[in-house]
Amino acid sequence: MAALALTPCGDFRTSYREDTTIFPTRTSRNVAIASVAALCLVPLTGDRYVLSLMIQMGYLGIAALGLNILVGFTGQISIGHAAFFGFGAFSSAWLVEHGVPVVAAMPLAGVMTTAVGMVFGIPAARLKGLYLAIATLAAQFIIEDFFARARWFTGGVAGRVTEPFALFGLRFDTNESYFFVVLFYVVVSFVAASNLMRTRDGRALVAVRDHYLSAEMMGINLTYYRTLSFGISSFYAGIGGALYAHYLLFVSVEAFNILFSIQFLGMIIIGGLGSVMGSMMGAAFMTLLPEIVQWSAAALSGGAIDRALGLGAAVSYLREMTIGAVIILFLIFEPDGLAHRWRLIKAYWKLYPFSH
Amino acid sequence: MQWDLLLQLTLNGLIVGALYGVVAMSFVLIYKASQVVNFAQGEFLLIGAWTCWWLLTEFRLPFVWGFLLTLVFMTIFGVLLQVIVLRPLIGEPVISVIMVTIGLSIFFQALMKWMFGVFAEPFPPIFETQAVRIAGLEVQSVYLLSLVISLAIMAAFAWFFTASKYGLAMRATAFDQQVAQSLGISVRMVFAMAWAISAIVSAVAGVVVGVVNGVSSGLSFYGIKVFPAVILGGLDSVLGAVLGGIIIGLLENIAHFFDSTILHWGNMFQIAPFYVLIVILLIKPYGLFGTRNIERV
Repeated sequence: MAALALTPCGDFRTSYREDTTIFPTRTSRNVAIASVAALCLVPLTGDRYVLSLMIQMGYLGIAALGLNILVGFTGQISIGHAAFFGFGAFSSAWLVEHGVPVVAAMPLAGVMTTAVGMVFGIPAARLKGLYLAIATLAAQFIIEDFFARARWFTGGVAGRVTEPFALFGLRFDTNESYFFVVLFYVVVSFVAASNLMRTRDGRALVAVRDHYLSAEMMGINLTYYRTLSFGISSFYAGIGGALYAHYLLFVSVEAFNILFSIQFLGMIIIGGLGSVMGSMMGAAFMTLLPEIVQWSAAALSGGAIDRALGLGAAVSYLREMTIGAVIILFLIFEPDGLAHRWRLIKAYWKLYPFSH
Repeated sequence: MQWDLLLQLTLNGLIVGALYGVVAMSFVLIYKASQVVNFAQGEFLLIGAWTCWWLLTEFRLPFVWGFLLTLVFMTIFGVLLQVIVLRPLIGEPVISVIMVTIGLSIFFQALMKWMFGVFAEPFPPIFETQAVRIAGLEVQSVYLLSLVISLAIMAAFAWFFTASKYGLAMRATAFDQQVAQSLGISVRMVFAMAWAISAIVSAVAGVVVGVVNGVSSGLSFYGIKVFPAVILGGLDSVLGAVLGGIIIGLLENIAHFFDSTILHWGNMFQIAPFYVLIVILLIKPYGLFGTRNIERV
C-alpha cells in the first residue's frame, strides 16, 4: 500500500514511527480509502461478468498474498499452495454440513488449514530452498490423494455441495451481494498483511529471507519463524479457499491439482515477490490471462490461423501454454514483477513534464 | 500371500526402477553441472518419445533412423533450452530457476497435448514380442530389452565420467566452477553439454517406455517420480540416483502388492513414494550418498 506514495524527492523521515507507516502522506491514505469506496460502487453497474472476474481476483488474491508472505517475505518455496486452498474450501463446506453457520465456518476453515499447514510445516522448519520445494510437491500429491480418499470430508468423487454466505437472515447468493463479502475479506487480509510487515515478526521474516544465518545470529528463532510463515500462508490459503467454496457452492475433488499450485506461484512472480499489492496485481493478471486467450481465440476463429492450428479445440492447452510462457518471460525480462513496473510508471509521472 | 504376484511385481519394480534410475541420472547430471533443479525432466521424455513416434508413423522411417534423428533433435533442443532460457538466469535466486523449469514443464506438456492429443498411441511394432520364461515367470522380451538398455546407459555414464575428457571436465566444473575455468575448461560449453546429454538420455528412456507401453502425456509423470529417487539417493550423486530409482521402482510395486492384497487403500502405487520422500527429508535430507552442505559465512 505504500506503493501509493507520492512523496517529494528525498527522505525526510526522522522517527521509526514515520518510517514504518503504511501511508506516507495524507493523499495516499485518502486515495486508498477512495479506491475501496469506488470498488463498492462496482456492483451498481450490474455487469455480472465483470463482477464474477473481480470476485475470482479477490479470493485468488487473498491466497496469493499468503503465498507471497511465505515465498516473497520469508524466502521459502511452496509448490503445494493449491492443496491448502482446496483444504480450506473443503473444511468450510464440511463445517457448514455439520451445522456451523457460514459466517463462522470461513475463519474456522482458515484455522483448520493452518493446522494442516503446520503439519507439513514441521519439515519446512528444517528445510529450505529446493528441498522445501520438493517437500511441498510431495505434500501437494499427498493432500490431493487425501481429497480423493476421504469421502466423509470431501464427498469423494461426487464433490461437496455447500450453502451460500448468510448474515442476519440475508443470503449473499448473487454476484452483486457476494462481491461485498469478498471485498471485506480482501481489505481485512491486505491491511493485516501490510501491518504484519511493520511488526517485529514481519521484519524477522524478511531477515530470515535475506540471510538466514545472520538472522539466527541476531537472535531470530529460525524454526519458529519458518513454521509461523508456513502457518500464516496456510491461513490465507484457507480463507481464500472458503471464499471460493461459498461462491461456487460446489467443491470438486479434481480442482486443486498441481497446475493450480503453479498458477499461484505464477501470480506472485508476475505481481512481484515481496510486494503486498503485487499479489493482487498478479492474481488479477492470472484471472484475466485465460479470458484474453479465449477472446483472442474467438477473434481469430474462422481465419487462416484458426484453420491451420485448430484453435477452437485447443483453447485449454493454449491457456496452459500461455501460463507457462508468461512465467518464463516474466522471470527473464521482468523478475521484479508488475509491482516494480508500477513503481517505475509512478516515478515517471511524478516529475512528468520535466522527467529528464 | 501370493508369492507369484509378489515376485512378478518385484521384477516389474526392478525394470521400472532401472528406468527411473536412468531419468534420475540425467536429472542429477543437470543439477551437478549447472545447479539447476529441472522440473521439466519428464517433458524431455515426452518430447523425445513423441518426436520418435512422429518420425516413425508420419514418414515411415526405419526405427534406427527415426531414433537417431530423435537424438539429434534432442541434442539441439537441450542446447537451445540452456542457451535461451537458462543462461539469462545464472546467478538468480533458486526460486527463479525452479520456477522457470516449472514454466517450461507446463508449457511443453500443454504443447505436446495440443500437437499429439491426450490419448496413448502405440509405437509401430519394431521387435516381435515374445514371452520369455525366467524362474517360472512370464516376462515380455521388450521389458528385458528395456532393462538391458537401462543398464547399458548406466555403464556408458560410468565410463563417461571416469574415463572421457568431457566427463572429467564436467566433474571438474561441478566441483568448482572458477578453478575449472582457470584450467581452461569452457564452463558455458559444459553447461550446454550437460543439458544436451540429459535431454538425449531422457529421450532414450522416453522412447523405451513408449515402445513398451505406448506414448502418452503420462510420460511426464516420470519427471515427478524422479524427485523421491534423487532425494533418496542424494541430489548430487549419480550412483545415488541409480540406486534411488531402483528402490523407488521396487517400493511402489511392493506398496501396490500390499495395497491390492491386504490393505485395500487404493492408489498406493502412485502415492507411496511421496510419503517416503517426506520421511527422508525429515530424517536424512542429504540422502544416501549426497554431500552434506556445510555453510560458512
